[in-house]
Amino acid sequence: MDEVLNVFSVEAREQLEAMEAGLLQLEAGDRDPETINGVFRAAHTIKGGAGVVEIHTVEKFTHVLENVLDRLRNGEIEVNGDMISALLLGCDHIGTLLDMVARGQTEADDGVQRAGDEIAEQLRPFLGGKAAATKASGVTVADGTVQRSDREGRINDCWHISIRFGRNVFKNGMDPLAFLRYLLNLGEIAHITTLTDAMPEADVMDPELCYLGFEIAFRSHASKEDIERVFAFCRDECELHILPPDSKLEEYLLLIDALPEETMRLGEILVKSGALTREELDAGLRRQSGEKVGAGDTAGAPQLGNILIQQHSVQPELVEAAAIKQKAVSEKKAAESSLIRVHADKLDQLIDLVGELVIAGASANLLAKKSGEAALTEATSVLSRLVESIRDSALQLRMVQIGETFNRFHRVARDVSKDLHKEIELVISGAETELDKSVVEKIGDPLMHLVRNAMDHGIESPAARAAAGKPTAGRVELNAFHDSGSIVIEVVDDGGGLNKDRIQAKAIEKGVIQEGETLSDQEVVNLIFEPGFSTVEKVTNLSGRGVGMDVVRKNITALRGSVDVKTELGAGSRFTIRLPLTLAIIDGFLTSVGKASYVIPLDMVVECIELADTSIERDYINLRGEVLPFVRLRELFEVPGKQPARENIVVVQYAGRKAGIVVDQLLGEFQTVIKPLGSLFRNMRGIGGSTILGTGEVALILDVQALVGQCAATEELQARGRHGARRVEAHGAAA
Amino acid sequence: MGNVVQQSAGTTNRAGGKPPVPANAPDIQQYLTFQLAGEMYAVGILNVKEIIEYGQLTEIPMMPAFIRGVINLRGSVVPVIDLAARFGGSQSEQSRRTCIVIIELVTDDERHDIGIVVDAVSEVLEVSDVDIEPPPAFGAKIRADFIAGMGKIGGKFVIILDIRKVLSVDEIANLAAIKAEDA
Repeated sequence: MDEVLNVFSVEAREQLEAMEAGLLQLEAGDRDPETINGVFRAAHTIKGGAGVVEIHTVEKFTHVLENVLDRLRNGEIEVNGDMISALLLGCDHIGTLLDMVARGQTEADDGVQRAGDEIAEQLRPFLGGKAAATKASGVTVADGTVQRSDREGRINDCWHISIRFGRNVFKNGMDPLAFLRYLLNLGEIAHITTLTDAMPEADVMDPELCYLGFEIAFRSHASKEDIERVFAFCRDECELHILPPDSKLEEYLLLIDALPEETMRLGEILVKSGALTREELDAGLRRQSGEKVGAGDTAGAPQLGNILIQQHSVQPELVEAAAIKQKAVSEKKAAESSLIRVHADKLDQLIDLVGELVIAGASANLLAKKSGEAALTEATSVLSRLVESIRDSALQLRMVQIGETFNRFHRVARDVSKDLHKEIELVISGAETELDKSVVEKIGDPLMHLVRNAMDHGIESPAARAAAGKPTAGRVELNAFHDSGSIVIEVVDDGGGLNKDRIQAKAIEKGVIQEGETLSDQEVVNLIFEPGFSTVEKVTNLSGRGVGMDVVRKNITALRGSVDVKTELGAGSRFTIRLPLTLAIIDGFLTSVGKASYVIPLDMVVECIELADTSIERDYINLRGEVLPFVRLRELFEVPGKQPARENIVVVQYAGRKAGIVVDQLLGEFQTVIKPLGSLFRNMRGIGGSTILGTGEVALILDVQALVGQCAATEELQARGRHGARRVEAHGAAA
Repeated sequence: MGNVVQQSAGTTNRAGGKPPVPANAPDIQQYLTFQLAGEMYAVGILNVKEIIEYGQLTEIPMMPAFIRGVINLRGSVVPVIDLAARFGGSQSEQSRRTCIVIIELVTDDERHDIGIVVDAVSEVLEVSDVDIEPPPAFGAKIRADFIAGMGKIGGKFVIILDIRKVLSVDEIANLAAIKAEDA
């Protein structure tokens, strides 16, 4: 059952997202009936699914939402802000309930239950006097009465449902009883007969198969479609016939014909369930046999013609409904068939294997080159080209659009503007930009923080904005785009911007910097990323606890990314997050010092130059008029052996700064799989990971940012003594 | 040298899931013994994943001396610890018989493979529980908490290592951090 629950939970969450998006659209003024229908459908699907997997808490609660939505759909009530708010709260509550289900809790605890009741209470005004079901019944009656047949006098208000469950329902994790139980939500079962005719002898019977069928007389106001939907989960496998109340005798006869069981037996059941009277059955069967005899006769019995004519008129709307339904189903299937759900672990495994393949390919290439055999070299080069395409497509599999993450912020924007009485417009661009799933998952929280900050601290109150001559509605932009092998995400607001004086004053107060220190504007702004730093006096429930920005930066750095802020007082701020496209593979620049190889991330490398004068003592050179400080890797890493006659400087750039790294040899660029060094080395700084070279040797990947920061820290420490330590740390960390 | 020792070593009793034995029968465990700086040590065979030839080691800069570096073990990067240096001596010299024993540890639901450099691998011995003496308070020249017990084999003592303590990931990571800060 667990797997079914899992499927339900995933699907319910998707529906919930669709529902939320639809509600927000409605709130924004969209009155397209399709949007309302979409929201309704989503709620209905959640309810139906919850019923099937027997999560009654979700089912009951969603039912309330569904009723409101149904009235909305039928135009009985108008969309208004309070209702949408209540419905959105309802969505959240369903989310909470789903979380509980995920934890294996099927019953709501008191707190959750109370929250749910409160929301239901909020929704009550929109339910109106009469229940939604009454409305639905109106539709059904219309369905049924069209075909009031020749069965005078007797009113049969029951639907007749014949269901033969497919053999594999148990194997698919479904319980026929659950369907019947769910059916009870739509009405009452007036009569039910369990058919065990298909059950084979005990020794042939497979206890894992389902042999059961049911004949049900069902009293309900629901529509045929609704009843059908009850069985939606097993629809493909089971044989389902639904006859509306007051169906004609002939339809019952057709039904009897269509079912595998013996005619007389079914007839008896129908009589018993009250669908037919004994006389009707007898007459019908007589007529039917007459019809069969007369089939060869061209003149035909009058009854036959009668039946045929009547058959032609078999509830056209039902036929139509069925056709529409079928079309909808096939369309849905078509959309689904272009997507395959794959477990993320399987993809990870594939990527790992492809990583191995890349390494193995590189070593084969190396050997082929050494052997000097032209044919072999050619074969391996073809191979490595293929491996490269495989690697690219494998990585592509994990790429997802960032739009999904962005769309969450519509809701945030809405809630924040309500809470803070600000007008905020959220503009999203580049939602289709793709990046690795693992990155998307981890960027959500930092991004949320930045967006909330922008809305809370950035955007001013409408009055303040009006006074500053800006439009009253604040604007927050979320942009994503690709930029030379990395993805850039921007959070831009047109609010007040960061107040540098206040940041500096605060930093001194908090002891982050010393009084009298002179910092560049950029350095001052970067202080907001220091731990325990917050400039807002008033702590709101959204942000301002001062635990935010340093965590944001830490999370982003952990993804091998960087975050940067540009701000102008009175005009707004722009936070720029730069992330690698994938965490698994990097483009590296291979260098060596002594016998060891080091990889520098290629996107940081600007150029390579020769360190012409090895005798210079100071660690900087004149790079076309610029001062370029450099790090001697040989000294820093205490590599044994003599300095070679010729050394090279790799010029790296990060966060707008340039630095040089002195190495012995430049070995060129290559693409490589990152291997984490494990928790043993978790405290290590300056090395970001490792990779395996074609020769099978392990090469270390340099963490340039930490490396240079560390060098700067050490050097300043030596120069200034302990006094300046604080300042240096702040400085180094801001790098 | 290849895989000398397979993990599923015959009749070994796994801790926790012991097959029924007569009440008075002593528990017999298997140990891999090896030489290190002239001394004989042993580790429980269940922790030993494999034994490989010493070679192709990549040194990690700014690390304490007992972290020799990392090796490529069929596609995964495995750290290698110099046991002699970890015990407070100098780094062991390499010889023709120097090996890396890959130890598998499970801590906090995480599986770690860590290699240890030994001078030579001797043999797999069966030692009964009754032949294991508690560690001496001093005199073994290594930290007392590194010793799980002293096994009596052929009238001589073999130091049975508490490999979890010796290769404590937390402790090593912290030592590495201190060294890195000094650098």
